[in-house]
Amino acid sequence: MNTRTGRTPAYILVILIVICLLQIIPFYLGLTTSMKGSRDTSSPWSLPLATFTLENFAIAWKQGNIGRAILNSAVITVATTAITVIVGALAAYPLARRRTRGNQAVLLLALAVMMIPPLSILVPLIRMLNDMSLLNTFPGLILPLAALSLPQAIFLYAQSLRGIPIDIEEAARIDGAGSLRVFFQIVLPVLKPVTISVVILTGVNKWNEFALSNYIMTTDATRPLAPAVATFFGSAGANVNAAIAGAIMGVLPVLVAYLFLQKYFMKGALAGAVK
Amino acid sequence: MTTLPEIRPTRRFRGASINLMYVPALVLFAVFLIWPVIQGLSLSFTNWDGMAPSYVNIGLANYQRLLEDPNFATAMLNTFIFGVGSTIIQQVMGLFLAVLLDRTSRVTNAVRSIIYLPVLISPVVMGAFYYLVFRYNQGALNDALAAFGVAPVSWLSNSGFAIGVIVFINSLQFVGISMIIYLAGLQGIPAEVNEASALDGATGWTQFRYVTWPMLHPAFAASVVINLIGGMKIFDLVRVLTGGGPGYATNSVSTLISRTYFGDQAAGYAAAQGVVLFLVIVIFTVVTNAWLDRRATKLGM
Repeated sequence: MNTRTGRTPAYILVILIVICLLQIIPFYLGLTTSMKGSRDTSSPWSLPLATFTLENFAIAWKQGNIGRAILNSAVITVATTAITVIVGALAAYPLARRRTRGNQAVLLLALAVMMIPPLSILVPLIRMLNDMSLLNTFPGLILPLAALSLPQAIFLYAQSLRGIPIDIEEAARIDGAGSLRVFFQIVLPVLKPVTISVVILTGVNKWNEFALSNYIMTTDATRPLAPAVATFFGSAGANVNAAIAGAIMGVLPVLVAYLFLQKYFMKGALAGAVK
Repeated sequence: MTTLPEIRPTRRFRGASINLMYVPALVLFAVFLIWPVIQGLSLSFTNWDGMAPSYVNIGLANYQRLLEDPNFATAMLNTFIFGVGSTIIQQVMGLFLAVLLDRTSRVTNAVRSIIYLPVLISPVVMGAFYYLVFRYNQGALNDALAAFGVAPVSWLSNSGFAIGVIVFINSLQFVGISMIIYLAGLQGIPAEVNEASALDGATGWTQFRYVTWPMLHPAFAASVVINLIGGMKIFDLVRVLTGGGPGYATNSVSTLISRTYFGDQAAGYAAAQGVVLFLVIVIFTVVTNAWLDRRATKLGM
């Protein structure tokens, strides 16, 4: 490690402040606009003083169905993440511990399906879900989303398993424990750090998911957050300020989580990036 | 890590039954990803409209249509621009930020957190926020330009500007990923390497160019692949910000697929576009990885 410590030189500080401002500006504009009345004609830069109102949030909640959408997204995020963690860790175990040529091929297959762009299978997927009567149902969205996030989870778990000595598992096995018991009682607890990364990567991804949910969940009762914001934002004659208020409400849970779990978020992102 | 000591006890204690553990994952892949890919391929040879129970096989007509469709050519070109443009900007900015932030202090930690924040936000939401920056009337950018006496610019309804705006937003939103990848890369370089090169008289730019940069190859490779593939799959932001317009000018292949399917009700043709998108991404991934491997060999890594 060559991490330096000490004061940051002034010119670097200026550059950094400019870049940070660039990143913060859209959030500032969103926040101030969400509190301005729909007929406000003030500069977008100004604070919401003349027409201050919280009405936009109420409009978004009622007309934009944001409350319902947040609930839907919560269900989808939790279920998809749980399936990804359990099915992913289960799959990684034999792939990491029993390295036959067939199992190497399975890993390769996971790598291949990782490249499938969601939109490239839109037509056949919608058709199939329609045939199975799964359109506008939670399983109809959760299962494809889990399939899409599984490869990354499998790779993270397999990679981490290779770094864990096999001795304890062998000992448990000699004591007569079966494969599944060894897995759930011994292996899974050791994998907790990777699980945190997988949960964060998958959770954020599903909370924000749009490409498939926009077409699979098309009723007000089932629509999750991102499609709800997009629909409200795009609907003709919509009150843009109310749509922005809806977007802010959807972002809040992520912001709160980030505020408290920052360290894990960055670690998770790094784990997901470097294989 | 050697694999040998692992293999022997493995063979002794467990049989192939342990492989049952990946069956659930394989079923999910097969039903929700692989079967749709196969179905998509077969639908791409038909004139299905997306709803009618019957359709006929029309051979390669959809693919022929792709070759002559100017809207598809535009979408393909845009997809490359979104992918390659964002990748270049993200490497330059991400590396720059990583070098500046490769020190521990309260300021650098706060800056890292702020730059990384948009990575966690839905591109739909970022698109809505950035709409406030780039819209024509009451847009933050036009408002700021007016202060300098510059006439308002239609950022989103001029196709050239709109494409630039999309690349800009996408790059800024995800630059945090490149930044932390390069930061991890920088912190993985042993201090002795820098000290040794300093003893040899290397300083500043020379040291970075000939010592640090080659050693960052793994970070560069990871960052380029992620940004390139992510950029070429772009959908959410385009959909929200321009809807592919004006006309068809800012579509990515992904947004064009949804428009062909639901807008034109040409599901068979949309399936063909999907097949091509998948193939292009596979080819791009393979070529990029081959290039990165060659680069690694050349750098002696």
